[in-house]
Amino acid sequence: MPTTAEPPLERRAVISGIGQSAVGRHLGRSDIDLTVEACLAAVADAGLTRDDIDGLATYPGMGAGTGGFAGPSSPEVQDALRLRLNWHDGGGEGPGQMRAVIAACLAVAAGLARHVLVYRTVSESTAQGSGGRPGIGGGGGSGGGVPRFSGFLQWSLPFGAVSAVNWLALVAERRMYEFSLTREQLGQIAINGRRNAADNPKAVYRDPMDLADYLDARMISTPLCLFDCDAPSDGSTAFVVSHRDYAPDAPRPACHVNAVGTALRGRASWDQFDDPTTMAARDAAASMWERTDLRPADVDVAQLYDGFSILAMVWLEALGFCGRGESGAFVEDGTAISRLGALPLNTAGGQLSGGRLHGFGLIHEACVQLRGEGGARQVFRRGGALPEVAAVSNGGGPIAGTLLLTRGTG
Amino acid sequence: MPARGPAIRLLPRLDQDSGFFWTSGADGRLRFQRCHRCGSFVHPPAPRCPECLSEDVAPEVVSGRATVVAHTVNVHPWIPGSEPYVVGLVSIEEQESVRLTTNLIDVEPEEIRTGMPVEVVFEQHEDVYLPLFRPVRAVRSDRPGL
Repeated sequence: MPTTAEPPLERRAVISGIGQSAVGRHLGRSDIDLTVEACLAAVADAGLTRDDIDGLATYPGMGAGTGGFAGPSSPEVQDALRLRLNWHDGGGEGPGQMRAVIAACLAVAAGLARHVLVYRTVSESTAQGSGGRPGIGGGGGSGGGVPRFSGFLQWSLPFGAVSAVNWLALVAERRMYEFSLTREQLGQIAINGRRNAADNPKAVYRDPMDLADYLDARMISTPLCLFDCDAPSDGSTAFVVSHRDYAPDAPRPACHVNAVGTALRGRASWDQFDDPTTMAARDAAASMWERTDLRPADVDVAQLYDGFSILAMVWLEALGFCGRGESGAFVEDGTAISRLGALPLNTAGGQLSGGRLHGFGLIHEACVQLRGEGGARQVFRRGGALPEVAAVSNGGGPIAGTLLLTRGTG
Repeated sequence: MPARGPAIRLLPRLDQDSGFFWTSGADGRLRFQRCHRCGSFVHPPAPRCPECLSEDVAPEVVSGRATVVAHTVNVHPWIPGSEPYVVGLVSIEEQESVRLTTNLIDVEPEEIRTGMPVEVVFEQHEDVYLPLFRPVRAVRSDRPGL
């Protein structure tokens, strides 16, 4: 594989700057307003001005999904900032939300751009108003005039499986059958996130939560309860992806891209994927390790997608932090995934408590930790050194992408 | 209370590829596309067999029997007026890799077990016959072969 001859091309890229808008529930601000705030922060953090930015990428942009999901399109952001671009990209298909970051890395490696601004914006909390979280397709119909569905949604919506929570509840239930996963184990993902969120001023849920609180929460779709689901939030996260040649000039430590994980080897389907307990996480993670000499044991901090708690469990196994079916035991008493544990997990609260920034919040926190800017939530290696290697994953079901970042050139 | 489905059904659009699947229940029988060259059942339907790329694919009647791979009781009121309903993932008897997301009905949710044998029963909505599944009961008089 690619590690033998020439280093993978993504290794030519670094994250030279990070930025994040206000994050919260019902902020009442427009998505372009949040986006400009995050983008300008990232550009300044990278020690650049907008005149230096010659690339732009987002996920997904341009009207994808329901209210507040897509974020502003890349043309809208280009115009808002009057960027002069050599390369630009947006879209919702690819290796998870981080497809935009991965595309930016490749654009930089190929010389199409030198400094790519990458953003992901959600305003789902404001968009949903007080009406509660809708199901996909509106959740229900009312007789005549109800739209019909084609494509993959036709296989789930007619049966009331109208939310990803239903699709992933099946994964969780299957894991309880196959691996004896318990609700108490699953709850550790939510509890760990909440504990870390207490030290993240931007987190949307910071009140203490213990196992009893978790077990008492109302059920959404068995075995997943309210605290297994992230909550729609408002916020924008942005990065500057630069050529590594820029790293010495960046005012903050650059986060080096060591490897990306992009594979989809099973069927691109929520219900036909060969192994319903893993799905595409298995493939994306495997392809990442094929591109690096680093191993799971080298990872100092993990930011794993937890739009639903069960996905973090899937990712722990897919990335090799424990064996297949062993994630329940791995998180059992919460020690291993705590900030003092063997694998500090979702140190800003993840999406469950930090807010549904749809993958990009996790990438942001990986950079914060590698740069040593975590403050009260900063994790350290044994001996007190800053973390050297961070793993990030995005996605669930047939959608998956991973990123391995290092503080040095690795 | 034995489970039913949601109170309101979101329906599929009947198109060239999958229309046959959604109307198959009009005669009480479940059909999947099958490749006549390699014998694979193909789901969702595809223009050629994704295994051997043969164009010789056509709908074929199956037994309607399946086993439960996983299930969830949806409690959240996404769909107004619904009692909790069971979303099931089932694997058809003819080919384990072919699965359907469906509703498990006529069963107490706590009685559902992974691996439980189930059989199709159709629920008509307009021109669509939704394949739902219920536990296989004792010997049925209309199925002398069982």
